[in-house]
Amino acid sequence: MSTAAATHDEHHDHGPAKGLMRWITTTNHKDIGSLYLLFALLMFFIGGAMAMVIRAELFQPGMQLVQPEFFNSMTTVHALVMIFGAVMPAFTGLANWLIPMMIGAPDMALPRLNNFSFWILPFAFTMLLLTFFMDGGAPAGGWTLYPPLVLQLGEAFPFMIFAIHLMGISSIMGSINVIVTILNMRAPGMTLMKMPLFVWTWLITAYLLIATMPVLAGAVTMLLTDKFAGTSFFSAAGGGDPVMFQHIFWFFGHPEVYILILPAFGVVSAIVPTFARKPLFGYSSMVYATASIAFLSFIVWAHHMFTVGMPVVGELFFMYATMMIAVPTGVKVFNWVSTMWKGSMTFETPMLFAIGFIFMFTIGGFSGLMLAIAPADFQYHDTYFVVAHFHYVLVTGAIYSIMAATYYWLPKWTGNMYNETLGKWHFWISTISVNVLFFPQHFLGLAGMPRRIPDYSVQFADWNMVSSIGGFVFGASQLLFAFIVFKTIRGGEKASSQVWEGAKGLEWTLSSPPPYHSFTQAPEVK
Amino acid sequence: MAVSTKQYISGLALASLGMGSLPVSADYALNMTTGVTPTSQQVYDLHMIIFWICVAIGVVVFGAMIFSIFKHRKSKGAVAAQFHESTTAEIAWTIVPIVILVSMAVPATKTLLAMEDTSDADMSIKVTGIQWKWKYDYLDEGISFISSLDPKHNEARQLKSGVDPASFDHYLREVDNPLVVPVGKKIRFLLTANDVIHSWWVADLGWKKDAIPGFVNEAWAKIEKPGVYRGKCAELCGKDHGFMPIVVVAKSEADYAEWVAQQKAAADAAAASADREWTKDELMARGEKVYATNCAACHQANGAGIPGAFPALAGSALATGDAAGHIDIVMHGKPGTAMAAYKNLLNDADLAAVITYERHAWGNNASVVQPAAIKAAR
Repeated sequence: MSTAAATHDEHHDHGPAKGLMRWITTTNHKDIGSLYLLFALLMFFIGGAMAMVIRAELFQPGMQLVQPEFFNSMTTVHALVMIFGAVMPAFTGLANWLIPMMIGAPDMALPRLNNFSFWILPFAFTMLLLTFFMDGGAPAGGWTLYPPLVLQLGEAFPFMIFAIHLMGISSIMGSINVIVTILNMRAPGMTLMKMPLFVWTWLITAYLLIATMPVLAGAVTMLLTDKFAGTSFFSAAGGGDPVMFQHIFWFFGHPEVYILILPAFGVVSAIVPTFARKPLFGYSSMVYATASIAFLSFIVWAHHMFTVGMPVVGELFFMYATMMIAVPTGVKVFNWVSTMWKGSMTFETPMLFAIGFIFMFTIGGFSGLMLAIAPADFQYHDTYFVVAHFHYVLVTGAIYSIMAATYYWLPKWTGNMYNETLGKWHFWISTISVNVLFFPQHFLGLAGMPRRIPDYSVQFADWNMVSSIGGFVFGASQLLFAFIVFKTIRGGEKASSQVWEGAKGLEWTLSSPPPYHSFTQAPEVK
Repeated sequence: MAVSTKQYISGLALASLGMGSLPVSADYALNMTTGVTPTSQQVYDLHMIIFWICVAIGVVVFGAMIFSIFKHRKSKGAVAAQFHESTTAEIAWTIVPIVILVSMAVPATKTLLAMEDTSDADMSIKVTGIQWKWKYDYLDEGISFISSLDPKHNEARQLKSGVDPASFDHYLREVDNPLVVPVGKKIRFLLTANDVIHSWWVADLGWKKDAIPGFVNEAWAKIEKPGVYRGKCAELCGKDHGFMPIVVVAKSEADYAEWVAQQKAAADAAAASADREWTKDELMARGEKVYATNCAACHQANGAGIPGAFPALAGSALATGDAAGHIDIVMHGKPGTAMAAYKNLLNDADLAAVITYERHAWGNNASVVQPAAIKAAR
């Protein structure tokens, strides 16, 4: 009798299936969130390994390790893997885990779509990485895929295009799911302006994705037909224009930059108040600033192309619009600092990463402001100054926020506390080495070193060596991160449902780890 | 190389933001060059203004954060205040940055307008980017030549060449034929490309500009002092993107005039030589050199090419077959690939020499091609 009741209970609970099939067929937001996060971690190491090859070749002048073409493949595929394989899936994983728990929902709104949008990714990236074994090698024309150069790619070309299409389909499906979930599944009383900022930033990010991924899909499809169907969208000889590709690409590419950073703003806006034990300063201005950044991100794209020879009026417009982005971004930073101000702060690992984010993302913001000045950009453009800039915003920005989020919510997800001492070691080794890695690249760029070159003149040797040493240490310290994460998944000190003294929000009302379906009964939000 | 006080201070400031110590070394720079044109000086000034603005904002923001981190910590008994909004503060830190940005936009706009004004130029030079070399055409003088990485540097940069880059004065920044220009003249550059997008960048001139196939971009420079100024291609253009340097030699007007006369005499001699019959040995000797600068990057010095990317010439049907087909592809290129059309890049003698070389090197044994045949095929 009791056995039958237990079976019935299990069925009622929809507990996870056993074995491999659980992961392949799962429609559960937590399982899918975990899959996304683990996939992102794997891609982070694959993309990171490519970065190590780059830094090893650049360790000293002269060609020591790889041929120039392979070096170009390293920079190209490193970028594609890190952007589409590591950062974007990591944020989607966080969205999957957190959005239902934060808005008081049992799961995502479209669970089968959720499963499908994840399982496309392993195929897309397997295809992309297999291009290394094709005649003519892997994509080597830069992740920006500029024609005519990209059209010189060998057999890998259609595979690369198809992989990008798949990544785009996955992103669009994930975004639809996020929007539908947020707009329809909030608990009673959870009005839009009561949503945690992470939910807000993801809502806006999802709209950016839906608006821009089809543009990228269109651009790469035009490349495909230029190569195989005799069109000449991007060939002057046939009446087209190679610069038009750049306009279309960056109309996707610049919002993409904010797709990679807006959820990070949400993460930091969750963590700083917790450890300052003080409510977030200027919640509504944070929402408006996020929306302003999203809007402005659509009208600044050509600042990536100041040197293509636009009419001067165009250059002025894009310079002014770009400078404007500093305003809402500044509002965010000022709000975070004001949240810390007169708080009662403690510095556990998530807080360290969040503060590291604010410091170093701001440095990336400063170099961004410098790059906005079009006449100065004529010198900065396509140098290591730009490389330093976007790695400050993407590595110490986006990736630092993902690490902060991992340390912050991992006890909630697993029910186990991570090892605080190891976490702090990870933070300090990473932070010192990442600055040794990227800060000297500002000097290299200003002194005249172009980006995307496998070998360089002797006057750049010192800083390249410093940068490479920083790179090796930073790369190695991420092994510690993986170790800490897996150790915490396997066990550790039990976490309370509250986990952090100052944490506020619905996810902390659930047990650690939370039940398989988050809120089977909607909580009341006052 | 002397480092100015200003450079030293800015270097220190940059370094103090993120770096503890600087490695001890003789020849490296931390900051942008002031260059040798009025434009490059203006660009440098803009760069320094915006840099110091960022430093000032950084001092305030980071100062507040660091103060707060040390003062407002639980371990020091800080009790959290509960304030969480201030419309005044939000308005203030929206307005103040806007004012700063507008004051920055004014000088930036002025400089930009001046940089884009290519009118009233004293002379024009057409710059063509080609994988992986530059071609210069002096539109007023009728001089034209190709400039590519110096052969010695090219040997040294091969994988595991064993040559120490430090043994060169300007590793990877030396070319066979530099661009020679007069000082004190407003030179208009017309930039275009043959195959993919390149970007012509000499930092001392204060700008870079993309060279785009099928389009012509404009830029200008007025160099103030004689000297040698070095730059590089700045837009990824394929495997040897890192190996297409630019060297600009700025000469006084008299020296420049002398150089122009020499170039014209050399061009006349080359044209005359195309009309005579060449021996096979002459063609082979010249062809080997032409091949090394123009062809070896893809088809390799041993003619084996790179499988999947660049076809082999050793034993190929093309290089051992009918001369007409071989001449045709070298002169007209192969659209959609890195194979350029050399019709307008090389003169008759060079084309005949390199085709003859390809037909006899690496065990190939086909016909000799005379300059006259090229002339006829034009």
